[in-house]
Amino acid sequence: MNEPILQFKKISKSYGNVLANNQISFNIKKNSVHALLGENGAGKSTLVKILYGLLQPDEGEILFNGNIFSTKSPKESMAKGIGMVFQHFSLFESLSVKENLILGLNEEISYGALVKDILAISKKYGLELDLEAPINSLSAGEKQRVEIVRVLLQEPKVLIMDEPTSVLTLNETKSLFNTLNSLINDGTTIIYITHKLNEVIEFCNDVTILRKGKEIETSETIKFDSDSLATKMVGERINPLHRNNFISSDIIKFRVKDLSCKYNDPFLTDLKSINFSVSKGEIFGIAGVAGNGQTELMQVLTGEDIRVQSGEIIFNQKKITFSKPQERRDMSIGFVPEDRSGHSAVPELSLAENVLLCQFANNKFTKNGIINNKSISKYANEIISKFNVMTEGDSSKASSLSGGNLQKFVIGREILSKPELLIISHPTWGIDAGATQYIRNELIKLSNQGTSIIIISQDLDELIQLSNRIAVIYNGELSNSLETDSLDIKKIGLLMGGQSE
Amino acid sequence: MNSFIPRLELRDQNSTIMNFMSPVLAIILTLATSAIIFLIMGFNPIQTLYVFFVSPISTLSGLSELLVKAIPLALIGTGLAFCFKNKIYNIGAEGQLTMGAIFGGGVAIYFYDSNAYWLLTMILIAGSIGGVLWALIPAYLKIKFNTNEILTSLMLVYISLYILDYLVVGPWKDPLGFSYPKSRPFSEAGRLPIIFNGYRVHAGLYVMLTLVFLSWFIFSKTLIGFKLKVSGHSSMASRFAGFNQNYLIYLGFGVCGAFAGLAGIMEVSGPIGLLYRDISPNYGFTAIIVAFMGRLHPFGILLSSLIIALTYLGAEDAQLFLQIPSAVGFVFQGLILFYLLGSEILIKYRLKFI
Amino acid sequence: MINFELIIGVIEIVMIATTPLVFASIGELVTEKSGVLNLGIEGIMLVGAVMAFITLVTTGSYIIAFGISLLSGVLMSVLFAFFVLILMSNQIATGLSLTIFGIGLSSMLGKEFIGIPIEGLNPWYLVILSFLIVFLVSYFLNKTKNGLVLRAVGESHTSAHALGYNVILVRFLSIIFGGSMCALAGFYISICYAPMWQEGMTAGRGWIALAIVVFATWKPRNVLIGAYIFGGVTIIQMNLQAIGLRLPAQLFSMAPYVVTLIVLVIISSNQLRIKLSAPASLTIPFYKGR
Repeated sequence: MNEPILQFKKISKSYGNVLANNQISFNIKKNSVHALLGENGAGKSTLVKILYGLLQPDEGEILFNGNIFSTKSPKESMAKGIGMVFQHFSLFESLSVKENLILGLNEEISYGALVKDILAISKKYGLELDLEAPINSLSAGEKQRVEIVRVLLQEPKVLIMDEPTSVLTLNETKSLFNTLNSLINDGTTIIYITHKLNEVIEFCNDVTILRKGKEIETSETIKFDSDSLATKMVGERINPLHRNNFISSDIIKFRVKDLSCKYNDPFLTDLKSINFSVSKGEIFGIAGVAGNGQTELMQVLTGEDIRVQSGEIIFNQKKITFSKPQERRDMSIGFVPEDRSGHSAVPELSLAENVLLCQFANNKFTKNGIINNKSISKYANEIISKFNVMTEGDSSKASSLSGGNLQKFVIGREILSKPELLIISHPTWGIDAGATQYIRNELIKLSNQGTSIIIISQDLDELIQLSNRIAVIYNGELSNSLETDSLDIKKIGLLMGGQSE
Repeated sequence: MNSFIPRLELRDQNSTIMNFMSPVLAIILTLATSAIIFLIMGFNPIQTLYVFFVSPISTLSGLSELLVKAIPLALIGTGLAFCFKNKIYNIGAEGQLTMGAIFGGGVAIYFYDSNAYWLLTMILIAGSIGGVLWALIPAYLKIKFNTNEILTSLMLVYISLYILDYLVVGPWKDPLGFSYPKSRPFSEAGRLPIIFNGYRVHAGLYVMLTLVFLSWFIFSKTLIGFKLKVSGHSSMASRFAGFNQNYLIYLGFGVCGAFAGLAGIMEVSGPIGLLYRDISPNYGFTAIIVAFMGRLHPFGILLSSLIIALTYLGAEDAQLFLQIPSAVGFVFQGLILFYLLGSEILIKYRLKFI
Repeated sequence: MINFELIIGVIEIVMIATTPLVFASIGELVTEKSGVLNLGIEGIMLVGAVMAFITLVTTGSYIIAFGISLLSGVLMSVLFAFFVLILMSNQIATGLSLTIFGIGLSSMLGKEFIGIPIEGLNPWYLVILSFLIVFLVSYFLNKTKNGLVLRAVGESHTSAHALGYNVILVRFLSIIFGGSMCALAGFYISICYAPMWQEGMTAGRGWIALAIVVFATWKPRNVLIGAYIFGGVTIIQMNLQAIGLRLPAQLFSMAPYVVTLIVLVIISSNQLRIKLSAPASLTIPFYKGR
C-alpha cells in the first residue's frame, strides 16, 4: 500500500514568462486518493496535463511504477494506464453517448462487446446511461457519468479527476463518491484535483498543496483541518468580511414579476415564472449549479436577449422588460457578465477602448458620434488607480492583464459610474484570493452607498458572505428567497439539487 | 523529435513590427515565386519581372493607367473593410459594382442626348443606389433568414451579370451599334472629366481619395467605427455594449454596396463611356485581396490597390511583349494573398527553433 | 400519350449535367465535416479540368489524364491545408485566394489549348462512380470508427485532441479528399461533359456545390437530392431556352443561381436545424499549444 505508483521529479513548465510549474517533486502512493489542492492558477492543471500527455514538461521527469514515464499524447498515456476525467467535459455535444464511448476506445470493438462492457461497468460502479441519447440532452451529472465510463472502459491504473464536483448537485456528488470508493476497492489510484477543503479532508488519503506553481507540502490529510489547509493553500490568513449595513427596507428598487422565456433550443434553459425583488442598498444572491438558467436570466436582466414570453421587469416603477442594454444603462443600471474574455471586455482592445463598451448615463465618452479619447483614457486611468489594477497603462490590451486584474477593471468600470443597480454574474470566478477579497469588499462598499446589487454565482460561500438574501435557481425556476442571517445550508443544498423540501 | 522544424509560440502581445512587415514579406515571397514560375516557363526571370513590375509605370501614361485601375480597387477595398472588420464576408462586390453600372448607366442612357450640368451627379448617385440595393439583399437575407452571406452575395454576382448581359443585347442596345452587344455612348455631360489632358486618369480619383479619407476618419475617430471593430472581435461584447448588430450588418453591406456601385459607375462613365458585357476585369473580387493586404486600414488599402493595379498592368504588358497569358496576373494576386495570410501568423505567434 | 423516350432522354441529360456537382459537393461535405470550410472549390475544379485536358491532348491517355487531374487536385488542397492547418490562416480568405489563384493558373496553363477538339470520354462511368462515392462516404461517416473520428474532430477539436486523436492529420486528409473530388469534377467537365477547354468553364459550379452542402444539412445522401435539384433546374432552363419561349435567354441562364439563392434562404431560415447539423468547429482554427 505504501509504495509509490507515481513519482514527480522536479517538473517545471513555463508559458512565456509565467512559471506554471516550478521544480515540483512528490510521490503518489499506490491505491490511494491523492488530492492536488490549490487555487486557480496554482499549477494543478498544468501538472496533470503533463502526466496525461497534453503538455510536455520543460524539465524534470515522472516515474511510473519505478520506470521512467514519458508520453507525447493522451492516447499514449491512456494506453499506459493513465485516464483523466475533465472539469469541462470533453464530450461531443451532438454525438450520442454510444458514439462518445466508442471514441474513447483505442481499438476497434464490436457494438455488442462494447454494450456488454458498458453494462458491466455501469452495474459495478452504479453509473447508468442511455446509450442512444445525444449528449446535449444530458444533465451535467449524466455527462460526467459518460466521461467516467469512457475512461473506465480503458481500465486505467491511475484516474485523474479534475474538479469533479464543481458542476454537481449534492446528490450527484454523493453518488460520485460512491463510484470512486468502489474504484479504490478495485485497486485504482485516484488523483483528485480540487480547491474544496472539505472534499480533501473527507475523501482523500494524501494531499499535495500547490501555490503559484510551487509545491508547498505533501503529507497525509489526517494531519490537517480546514483551517490549516486553507492557510497553506492561500498563503495568508483571510480577513473575514463585514456584511453591508443594509436593514430590511420597503423601498423596492427592482422587481421581476412572473418572468417566463421560452427558447425552443436544446442548448438553452427556458425560464419559468421567475419572481424576485431587490430593495435599495440590498445585495440579492442567486445561487445554483451551472446550466440551470443563470446565463439566460442574466441576458434578460441586461437586455442582451429580450425574448420574453410573459411577465415584466420593473426598475424604479418603470417597466423595462423590453428595454435595450443602452436604455437600461441610461437609467443607471450597470452589468458585469460572467465571461471577461470576449463578453464584458474585448481582449484585443486596449483598456481605454474597453471603457467605451459601457456608455453610462451622462458620460462624456463621445460627442456627436466622435470618440473623445482624452475622456475615455482619463476614465480608464481612474479605474486603474482606484481599483488597484496592475497594468502598464490604459493603452495596454485587455488580454495582457491577469484574470484578477481584468476583473477588477471590468467591475471598477461599473462601480465608478455609481449605478443605482448593479447586476453581476460570478464576480470572482477563476481569480486569485487577493483580487477576490478586494472585489467583495468593493461590492459591499458600493451597497453601503445605496446601490442595489444582484449577484448570480455558483460559489455559495461567496453568496453567504455578501448577500442579504439568497434564492436558488434550478432548471429555470427561482426559489423563494431566504434571509442569509438565518440560513439553513442544508435547505440551500437541497434546492440546488432540485428538491424543494 | 523534429528539432529543425520551427515551432509556433503564442506571443503575449501582437507584434507591431510584423504587422507592417508581413505585407512586405508577402510581396518579396510573391516576387521570388513568380521568378521561379517564369524560369520554369522558359523566360528570363529578371527581364520578365522588369516587364511586369517596372516598365508599366516608367512612363507618365503608365502611371495614369495605374491610377485608373487603382481607383475602383481602393474604393471597393475600403467598402469591403466596412464588412470585413465586422467579420461579415461580403464577397459579392463584383455584383454590386455591376448593379451600380446598370443603375447609373440606365440614367446615362435615358438622358443620352442631354447636356444638363446635373447629369453626372445624377448618374453617380443612381450608381451608388444600385450598389446599395444589391448589397442590402444578402444583408436582409442574413438578418431575416440566417442565410450565409458568402453564398448569397456570390449568387447575386452571377445574377447581376446576366441582367447586364440582357440589357446590352436587349432593350439598351445601341440602335446604331450594328450587332455589337453594347449601349449607346453616354453624352459628354454624363462622363467623368479627365484630370490631365492626354491621360485617362479621371476625376473619380478625387472621389476615391475623399471616401478613403472619410472611411479612415470613421474607423479611427467615430463610435460607428468602434462598433464595427468590437462586433468583429466579439459579438457577445457587442451585444453587452448594446450595439445593434443588425444595424451594423446593414451598414457594412450598405456602405460597401455604395462604394462598389460608385466604382462601377465611375468605371463606366469614366474610361469606358458606355455599357457592355465586360465592364470589370474582376475588380470586385480582386478588391478582396486589396482589402486584406491593406489590413482593412483605408490607407493600407490605398497603398495595396496600387500594388495590385500594377499586377493588372504588368499582366497586360507581359501578354503584349512576351506572349505570357495575362491570366498570370490572377496567379500573382492569389499568391500575394496566400503569402500575406500565411505570414500573418508571425503577428500573433513567434517562430521558435528548438 | 406519355413519351417515355423523351422522359428517359431528359433524365439521362440531367444525370450527366449533375454529376460534377455531386463530386464537388460530396468532397466539400467531407472537408466541412472535419471542421474546415474550403472556398477554393472553384479554383481546384478549374485546375483539375485544365490539367486533365492538357494531359489528354499531349498523351492521348484517359488514365494518365485522370491521374494527373487528381494529382493536381491533391496538390492544390495540400497548399490550402498547409495554410489553414499549419499556418492557421483565415479559412475564408485562404479559400478565396485559392480560387483566384486557380482561375489564373488554369487560364495561364490552358491558353494554348482553347478550341482543340478531343474525343470525350463516356460520362456514364463517372456518373455511376459518383453514386458509388456518395454511398461510400455515407457508410464511412456513419458506420466506421474513422468516420466517427472525422465527425468528432469537426464537432470539437479540443475534445478530439484530448482523446488523443490527431486533429491536424484528420483535417489534412479530409481536405485532400475534398480537393481530389473537386479535381474529379473538373476532369469530368473538361473530358466527359464539354468535352473541351475554355477559361472559367466551371461557371460557378464550385459555389453551387457549397450551397448544396448547406442544403444537404451536411448529410451525404441529401447531397444527391440537392445536386439533382440544381442539375434539373439547369437542364430544364436549357430546354426551355431551346424551345424558344418568348422570354430573354438570360432569365433562364440565371435560373440555377436564383434557385440556389431561394433554396438557401428556405433551408437556413430554420436556424436550429442549421445549428444542430453544422459541424460545431467549422472555420475555427486549431492551435495545439496551451
